[in-house]
Amino acid sequence: MSDANDNAAAYWQANLRLVVFCMVIWAIVSYVCGILLFEPLNEIRLGGYKLGFWFAQQGSIYVFVILIFFYAAMMNRLDRKFDVHED
Amino acid sequence: MDLKTLTYIFVGATFLVYVGIAIWARAISTADFYVAGKGVNPIANGMATAADWMSAASFISMAGLIAFLGYGGSVFLMGWTGGYVLLAMLLAPYLRKFGKFTVPEFIGDRFYSKTARLVAVLCLIVASLTYVIGQMSGVGVAFGRFLETSYEMGIFVGMGIVFVYAVLGGMKGITYTQIAQYVVLIFAYTVPAVFISLQLTDNPLPQIGLGATMADGSGVMLLDKLDQIVMELGFAEYTTSSNGNMLNMFLYTLSLMIGTAGLPHVIIRFFTVPKVRDARYSAGWALVFIAILYTTAPAVGAMARLNLSNTIQIGPVGEVDGNLAYAQRPAWMKRWEATGLLKFEDKNGDGLIQYYNDANPEFATKAEAWGWKGSELNVNRDIMVLANPEIAQLPNWVIALVAAGGLAAALSTAAGLLLAISSAISHDLLKGVFAPKISEKAELLAARLSMIFAIGVAGYLGLNPPGFAAQTVALAFGLAASSIFPALMMGIFNKRMNSAGATFGMLAGLLVTIVYIFWFKGWFFIPCSNLAHNTADNWFLGISPEAFGAVGAMVNFAVAILISRVTAPPPEHIQHLVENVRVPRGAGVATDH
Repeated sequence: MSDANDNAAAYWQANLRLVVFCMVIWAIVSYVCGILLFEPLNEIRLGGYKLGFWFAQQGSIYVFVILIFFYAAMMNRLDRKFDVHED
Repeated sequence: MDLKTLTYIFVGATFLVYVGIAIWARAISTADFYVAGKGVNPIANGMATAADWMSAASFISMAGLIAFLGYGGSVFLMGWTGGYVLLAMLLAPYLRKFGKFTVPEFIGDRFYSKTARLVAVLCLIVASLTYVIGQMSGVGVAFGRFLETSYEMGIFVGMGIVFVYAVLGGMKGITYTQIAQYVVLIFAYTVPAVFISLQLTDNPLPQIGLGATMADGSGVMLLDKLDQIVMELGFAEYTTSSNGNMLNMFLYTLSLMIGTAGLPHVIIRFFTVPKVRDARYSAGWALVFIAILYTTAPAVGAMARLNLSNTIQIGPVGEVDGNLAYAQRPAWMKRWEATGLLKFEDKNGDGLIQYYNDANPEFATKAEAWGWKGSELNVNRDIMVLANPEIAQLPNWVIALVAAGGLAAALSTAAGLLLAISSAISHDLLKGVFAPKISEKAELLAARLSMIFAIGVAGYLGLNPPGFAAQTVALAFGLAASSIFPALMMGIFNKRMNSAGATFGMLAGLLVTIVYIFWFKGWFFIPCSNLAHNTADNWFLGISPEAFGAVGAMVNFAVAILISRVTAPPPEHIQHLVENVRVPRGAGVATDH
């Protein structure tokens, strides 16, 4: 029983680490690049886009999509590693 | 064929498709299509979620707001997409594992309390009702234009159609109808955007076109050109004009993100997927389908603003032949004048249209020297997307297609929300708490009655909307953010959270947010009952009412954690329940919505 509990606790810790990692990236692309560092980033050009503006209206959305699929794939691996996956 | 006939054909045909699919899917499902536990494929579910969720605010209103706010409009783009990251990582898989029918049901079970469930129902109704108002203003704009009547008349027609649509029931909740709606909606949104991007930049992809050079041979980048044009008319620079101060941008975005993750009618979509891992992927697929519209919207907004300015300001600013003569205005302006959403007032009596920023004192002095007596054109921002293909002089079938798309977006979401409200009242409130022995027939009647009531309230508030469709919807997100999201998140991530903490947390969050909103927008949105003018000078730290949900959520978290620490921990079986929810294995069969 305690082995099972330890395993569940370790799985939960690994899950939390992954979530925190993803949330940091989530915050960087939107709040940091799109708002906080908006002005300095605008000095850089991406074609006709100013970079800060691009992050706020395009880039952050692309990163969000990639982030969710990355998280889902990593969680699938974690589920198997800790043997808590379905079927 | 003339525009009116084409519009009737497009709108009528798409409606027939939805009804047809609904009837077909119903027949299939009785033939054991939904074998228990099979649920819906995550990609299909993602597409249906996208249709369910992208409303009049996303379709009709958002690009118009971006067109006039410029960079400040980014809060909607980041906020309404970033919320799916939270949903995928913090809520969806766990709620799927828990496997209940409604959001208040989860809160009632996790916090072992009928009071908590009641409070959750209250939060749900307040947030959803505010959301429906936003849809109603969208429907009013779309129908007003489509039937060539006033905005008010448009709302009355819209109320009638929403009523029939929602009461027909089956229309909503059938995944395949929503997939059809998504296809119509995304097609209607992207086709004109591709045409306009080609016209302006020779690049078919609006996402690339927005950052490309103009096709007029000047070699100037589109965004630079736009910056130059709006600043010549005294407006703030398009690519840097912020929405309030930086704190407001921050909190506005955060409110929309956690509000997205806290909206009950979005969350229940993840109860229908077959497995916990599908819930994670399903949120990803939903965001893919949403991102197609959301990365197109900034291009639609910027290009509409450019085309609008070029239509009115035909020559150099300040010269006599620089402005369009009212008598020579294009047909689309005449059509929109009929709705009352576009107004021209010849303040200086010269028969020309002057459109500029008269709130900019420096520019106003210059304008006065030219004999201008104030900006003469009043454009409701909600009309920009619908008018966009007309402004760009696209063929009539594109304009008709956009009308069909806008109506699909508004009606599907409005009907979905009304069903969420009525099921909260009949399932959670009546059957769950007040009258557990109620018969199925009486439950159904209660659901219908509450739906009629909700349509009435939403219609009244749609006639006196507290803002543009997207801003009204933003208020609803603030309410969901401050009440439902924190309770759900703490229910999963904080084992020590107990019923007293969660209940008081939700109440405190909702109360703080709603009082702040009513303070500036009027009590129950009744005009003139506000206690302070809704301007940045009066706001607390410059935070606008739409952005206050994030503050409400922080209050919710703080109150809940404080109270749970000084009251008894939750019973052991609840702690086991939380441990169980955290592990995917052993998930029950999917519930069918």
